Formats: sequence, C-alpha cells, structure tokens
Amino acid sequence: MTTATTPRPATAAKPNPGAGRPRRPKGLSPHLFLILAVVISIFPFVWTIVMATNTTRDIYKSPPKLTFGSHLLENIRGVLDTVDFFGSMLNTIVIASVTTVLVLLVDSLAAFAFAKFDFPGRKILFGTLLVFMMLPLQLAVLPQFILMSEIGWVGMLKALVWPALSNAFGIFWLRQYIENGVPDELLDAARIDGAGFLRQYWNVALPMIRPAMSFLAIYAFVGAWNDYVWPLIVLTNPEHVTLQVELAQLNVGHNTDYSMVMAGVLMASLPLVIVFAVFARGFIAGATEGAVQGS
Amino acid sequence: MLSYWRQYLAISPFYLIFLGFSFVPVFYSLYLAFQRYDGLGTKEFVGLQQFEFLWSDPVFWLSIRNTLIIWVLSTVPTLFGALVLATLLHSVRRFKGFYRIALYVPNVTSIVAVAIFFGAVFSNDFGLVNAILGTVGISPVPWLSNPWLIKVVIGLLMTWMWTGYNMIIYLAGLQAIPQSVYEAARMDGAGPIRTFFQITIPIMRPIILFTVVISTINGLQSFSEPQVLFASNAANQNLGGPGQAGLTTLLYFYQSAFLDNDYGYGAAIVWAFFVLIIVLVVINWRIVQRGRKA
Repeated sequence: MTTATTPRPATAAKPNPGAGRPRRPKGLSPHLFLILAVVISIFPFVWTIVMATNTTRDIYKSPPKLTFGSHLLENIRGVLDTVDFFGSMLNTIVIASVTTVLVLLVDSLAAFAFAKFDFPGRKILFGTLLVFMMLPLQLAVLPQFILMSEIGWVGMLKALVWPALSNAFGIFWLRQYIENGVPDELLDAARIDGAGFLRQYWNVALPMIRPAMSFLAIYAFVGAWNDYVWPLIVLTNPEHVTLQVELAQLNVGHNTDYSMVMAGVLMASLPLVIVFAVFARGFIAGATEGAVQGS
Repeated sequence: MLSYWRQYLAISPFYLIFLGFSFVPVFYSLYLAFQRYDGLGTKEFVGLQQFEFLWSDPVFWLSIRNTLIIWVLSTVPTLFGALVLATLLHSVRRFKGFYRIALYVPNVTSIVAVAIFFGAVFSNDFGLVNAILGTVGISPVPWLSNPWLIKVVIGLLMTWMWTGYNMIIYLAGLQAIPQSVYEAARMDGAGPIRTFFQITIPIMRPIILFTVVISTINGLQSFSEPQVLFASNAANQNLGGPGQAGLTTLLYFYQSAFLDNDYGYGAAIVWAFFVLIIVLVVINWRIVQRGRKA
C-alpha cells in the first residue's frame, strides 16, 4: 500500500511528541466546513419560513425582507382557500399509513422465510427479486396505468397502495438483518418447544428485528408521503388528490403568490421533518447498515 | 414440496403483488412498444416503427442530451461533496450526531417542495439569488430561461437533496476501515493527502461503486424536478421550460404517453431509455473497477 520510495523528511526521523495527531493547518478546523455545509443544508427550510411569514410584496421588494414576518396565518388561510389542503393531507396520511403497515407485514414474512428456511426454488426466487430491484419503476408506470383503468381503479386510493407493496428492497434488506440478527439456536429452541412457523416468526423473530422494521417503516412512510409521479398520473379524481399533487397544483398559475405557496410547502413538509428529527438517530444507523452490507 | 407450504405461503403475498403490479406490467410495456395504441381504440401491431420514429425524433435526442447533462451536473458535485464531507465528519469527535442529521434532512423533504423552493429562489425577476446579486451591482441572471442555467439549477437542486444521503453511506464505509491501517501509513510518513488517495479511496472503492450506480439510476430518472419547476401540466404544454431545456427523457415519456395519449410511443421511449441506463451503469462500473488494478 504505502511505498517506501519516497524519501522521508529528516525531521521525521527523531521522535516527535505531536506525531500522533492528524496534521491540519491551524485555524482551518473541519468544523468550519461542516458548519458551512449545515448552513447550506438548513437554509431552504429557514428561507421557506421567511417567505411563508411575509407577504409576497415584501419578498419582491429590493432589497427583499430577510427576517420573519407576521403574515403566516394570512398565508395559511390563502392555501386553505385555494386547495383542499386538509382533505389531501388526510388522503396522504391514510395511504402512507396503510402502505407502511402492509409493507412491513408482507416484507418481513417473506424475508423471514428467505433468511431462515431452505425450500426448493429459494435461490431462484430471491435472484429474480434482486434483478428486478435494478429495473427502473418507470418501465411499469404505463402498463400499470392501463391495468388500473382496466380494473376500474383509476382515481382511487387503493391504486396507490397495491403497487407500493411490491417493495423488493424491503425484503432484501430485512433478510440480511434477520440472517445475522436472529440466532438459529433461538429458533431451534422455539421449535423444540413446539412453535410452528408462524409462532417463530411472530414471537421470536419479529421482536428481535425491531430496529430494522422501524427503519423500513420510516423509509416506506417517507416514500409514500413524498411520491409524486404515480399519484399525478393515476389520481385523476380531484377529490382524491395527495398532498404532493396538491402542492404542485398550488404552484401552477401566472401571478404566483409565493408567500402563500411557501406556506403550503411548509405545512406539507413540516410534519415529515418533525417525524424524521424524532427518529433520525435510528433511521440513519439503519440506513448505513443496509448500504454498507449491501455493497 | 408439500412440506414447505408454510414458507411458500409466507413469500406468496409479495410474489403475487409483484407479479401482478410489476413483473407483468414491465413486459406488457415491451409488447406495447411494438403497437400503436391511444388507450381507447384497438391496438395495431407496427413492428419497429416506433423505434424508427424515435431514432429520428429530434425531441427524443434533445431529452436524452438534457438528461445526461443534468445527470453529470448533479452526480459529480454530489459524490465529490459527499466524500469530502464524510472525510471531514470522520475526523471530528464532537457534534457528529448533529451534523449527520442536519446534513441528511434535505433527503427526507419532497422533490415537489424543493422544486417549488428553487423556483422561487432562482426566479428571474424576483428571486432571492438575483436580489442578492443586485445589491452588489450585478444585473439579474436569467436562471430559469437560459438553456444552460436551467440545467445548472436542476443540478444544484439534486445536489442539495442527495449529498447528505451519500455522505452517510461514505461515512459508514470510513468507520469500517481499521485504525491500524492509518497508523501504519503514518509510521511510513504518508501525509493526509497521500493517505486519502492511496488508502482511503482504494478501500472505499466498492462503496463508491455502489453510490455511483445508485446515483446513475436516480439521476437519470429526473422528472419531478423540471416538471414542478416549470409548472407544466395539461393546460401548460411548455414542458421542460423555455426551449425545452429542462425536458428530461422521463418528462418526454410522460408527455407522449399521458398528455398526447400515444401509449405505444411512450412505451418505446421508456424501453430505449432503460437500455441507456444499463449501458451507462455498465460503463461506470467498468471505470470504477479498472481503477482498482492501477
């Protein structure tokens, strides 16, 4: 790895008490760069609030108003007058919750079978799953839409839930976790005590994979909450629009009232950012585990 | 076989849904690519006609060019920035948890919200960026009408969303490198830069490969960003902004299939596009792999 060809500086030959520390120029702390990155990362959230609490005229002034204003309620009222915000939010909450619960159930059942049991065809079935994980979902969007119109689901909320359940990533990820995280001995012991497949799954495996399940739960929930393309295509019925579609709708038009639109952005994003902030630690730990093992 | 019925039953919900809502539709779209179909009338087999038209369709090639430029403009700064940030974050002891969460949070916001935000901030007439430039005497920059700047704004948007995600993955990789390797390098007199290029990068190669593949798949699928940024819908056919400079391939697919109701052509576009993704993933894979032998 390290070649001996480069001549070492003579000064490095004598023992140096400070040699153990990483060298870095004085004053240029990594914190400086990291804080700068955090500012860039957080700025849009702050600026969204600034815009949402002012009037559009204040923001358009030159120089623009850079501080929080007192027009938030007025802007929120504007959002509620323009679109059915709470209706679409309720739709989104229902879709995201139902999808999350079903994804957890469907994926953990399959992952448990794949991780701890040998059965004919296991390798081939799991292999097809991996191959399909690579396919861009857009390939299926058009025929999925045709399928939905054939079975009369266009405009209905279940048209969003069902396709979201074929979440191959979840199985792939949970299987890995179960394989390492649930000891075979424990399952053997349960089997000796007379526990069948379902009891081993429900009473032994599930309680042990809680961290992986909560990661997948947030992942699925955030994914369903933020999904835009599919709801845009399939929810043709104006009563059944989701939050993201409604939000994009708010932005369409000529004399955009940006303060009002930003109030909508804030209302649609805040719940998710709060959920994320509360569960962030476990979520990030889970995300890295999957990524590094999966590579 | 029969004694395994429980296992088959356990995996069957997934495979049934998968079969019905993913597997069959994907191949049905291949079938559709050889048909002329408007979604209402009858299908008519046209052979390779759609693909021939595709080959000579300037808008398709424009969309491919746009997609590739946006992909490069977003992936390169994202992965480079993520690697730098992960290295910095790995070297600090305090506030690690705070940095991780604060830098990851852009990834949990919705593309729609972010695109609306970028549209407001980079607005030609009233945007914050032009207002700031104005205070230092620079005349307004046409962010959302110049064909190159449109792509730059979309690239910035995607960079903002994805840098933190990739940083977290790199950080996990860095933490898995045993400290003894670095100590050995230090004993051999390697400086931080040399250590980074000769130890960190080679060890991280599989993880970098993973992020390159994921970013290629994600980056080429940009659709919502330009769609929301330029507020295009059925009433506003100005897809992809002025000069269609932000018209990505998926946006063109959306237009062909769902606004023009040309299902067959839409299917041909996504399949041609899929082949492109595969080619690019393989090329990327090769490049990153070849570096290993050097």
